[in-house]
Amino acid sequence: MTTTQDAPASAGSTDLTARQEQAANTIFRGLSTTAALLILITLAAVATFLLAEAWPALTDASGELAAKVSWIKPDDGESLIQIAGFLIYGTVLISAMALLIATPLSIGIALFISHYAPRRLASGLGYLIDLLAAIPSVVYGLWGAIVLIPVLQPFYQWLADYLGWIPLFAPAEDGTVSATGRVALSASIVLAIMVIPIITAVTREVFLQTPKLHEEAALAMGATRWEMVRMAVFPFGRSGMIGATMLGLGRALGETMAVFMILSSGLTYSLQILNAANHNTIASYIASQFPEANSQGVSALIALGLALFVITLLVNMLARWIVSRRAEFSGAN
Amino acid sequence: MSKRIDVNNLNVYYGSFLAVEDVSLAIEAKSVTAFIGPSGCGKSTFLRTLNRMHEVIPGARVEGEVLMDGVNLYGSDVDPVAVRRHVGMVFQRPNPFPTMSISENVLAGVQLNNKRISKSDAEDLVESSLRGANLWEEVKDRLDKPGSSLSGGQQQRLCIARAIAIKPDVLLMDEPCSALDPISTLAIEDLIQELKDQYTIVIVTHNMQQAARVSERTAFFNIAGTGKPGKLIEMDDTTTIFSAPSEKATEDYISGRFG
Repeated sequence: MTTTQDAPASAGSTDLTARQEQAANTIFRGLSTTAALLILITLAAVATFLLAEAWPALTDASGELAAKVSWIKPDDGESLIQIAGFLIYGTVLISAMALLIATPLSIGIALFISHYAPRRLASGLGYLIDLLAAIPSVVYGLWGAIVLIPVLQPFYQWLADYLGWIPLFAPAEDGTVSATGRVALSASIVLAIMVIPIITAVTREVFLQTPKLHEEAALAMGATRWEMVRMAVFPFGRSGMIGATMLGLGRALGETMAVFMILSSGLTYSLQILNAANHNTIASYIASQFPEANSQGVSALIALGLALFVITLLVNMLARWIVSRRAEFSGAN
Repeated sequence: MSKRIDVNNLNVYYGSFLAVEDVSLAIEAKSVTAFIGPSGCGKSTFLRTLNRMHEVIPGARVEGEVLMDGVNLYGSDVDPVAVRRHVGMVFQRPNPFPTMSISENVLAGVQLNNKRISKSDAEDLVESSLRGANLWEEVKDRLDKPGSSLSGGQQQRLCIARAIAIKPDVLLMDEPCSALDPISTLAIEDLIQELKDQYTIVIVTHNMQQAARVSERTAFFNIAGTGKPGKLIEMDDTTTIFSAPSEKATEDYISGRFG
């Protein structure tokens, strides 16, 4: 009797544990699915918000918008679309230059930390780099405007004197560059300093993941350390480096305060990054106009925000495409 | 093209830890020499001192000398990079470069140190190296496909092709078949038999039948206990080692009465 009673009881308890495990699985899957969905929902919500709020400005016959928003002046060649054009140009130019400065430096630092520095120095340096990422952008802006720019200004004049034949470094007609140094290049340099920690931290982690197997394969063939890096570390870290650069670009594109505090703004398609009042970025422009904007003004600014959103989206898609182009050779097999 | 190696009183240290103690042995040119022994006995560590690959590990250093045709690999004016160009290596797990195609993998070593070779020379070298590694027939139609698209055994033969493409004097193999199935293992063993006509081959293996099948000379390494250094117990003709070893420890190991 007892045995027949025991048997179903024990069978029941194993059933129970199995069901508990199943429940844990379901809950966990539910949680992670929710988290993933949340990202999609947030993205959709932001896009919807931008579109809905920008709609009045986008569909407005230009005469009415110009009448109500002080900074839209179609007669001076500054309709909303034209302003957006200037700002997109300025944003992309300044961010691109920032990346041009930051990416090689960051990869150099990351490589030094991951493959060249003695272990103790590497961990200390890595810690410092992480610390640099935690500094608020206002502080970078202040530091850039007060400390860095006065130091850089003579260098700008030198650039214009000797490399002025390059359109980027061309001085103004009287042969001088901006005396205040509040120019696009300054903004780019400060942005570069701000994105270096991000790019460095990500690429360092990627470089450290390089399989020992591949490094040793290169070394065993008689590769020098640099050849080993080119043969094993860079190809392996390629998609990571692109991803890191895109993260940095994301920050540079969206950075508001530092640019706002440093740049003497203007709306042109000028290439001259050493002259003031030529460029501005979308984020900085929104920040500068927002406090005094009426409802139409806000709508117009949000339309500019939408443009920034689209740029970021395009840049990320481009990066994805670059990474996926040689996925077969990525080593993730 | 192949050279002999004489090792005299070699100690290997990791930091202050003595990993391999006082090894002296001779490796004949154009022969296959096998290193056998239990895990952790230092045979792989010792193998790596023959092309200075142990230096990749921070703190690793050696005392003593390794003479390749009379030249000390640890001489003060010897560049480890140059040593590795003369002493090729094949690893435990196949490690073709995943971002390179099959032919790029074969040429990887040749194009080091900024050497340029013409396209036709490169094609010839790819073919001869892949033929040398018994892989040509299997891959000749897909040389531009990634090396990682091959099977494990094919990948390992690709690594051998890559190693022999730089025409080394000596080829070191660190358990080259331990990640492979029996058929691929057999293919590699056949290949070793062919390669020994041209190269001095040193192979570390856990598989005693493999040592018996492929090698002419066998060295048995052992370790007295954890934390103790590995030692060379004895080295002799393979047939002698497996039939009448002079040391009891060797006999215990090869007959399975170990530990």
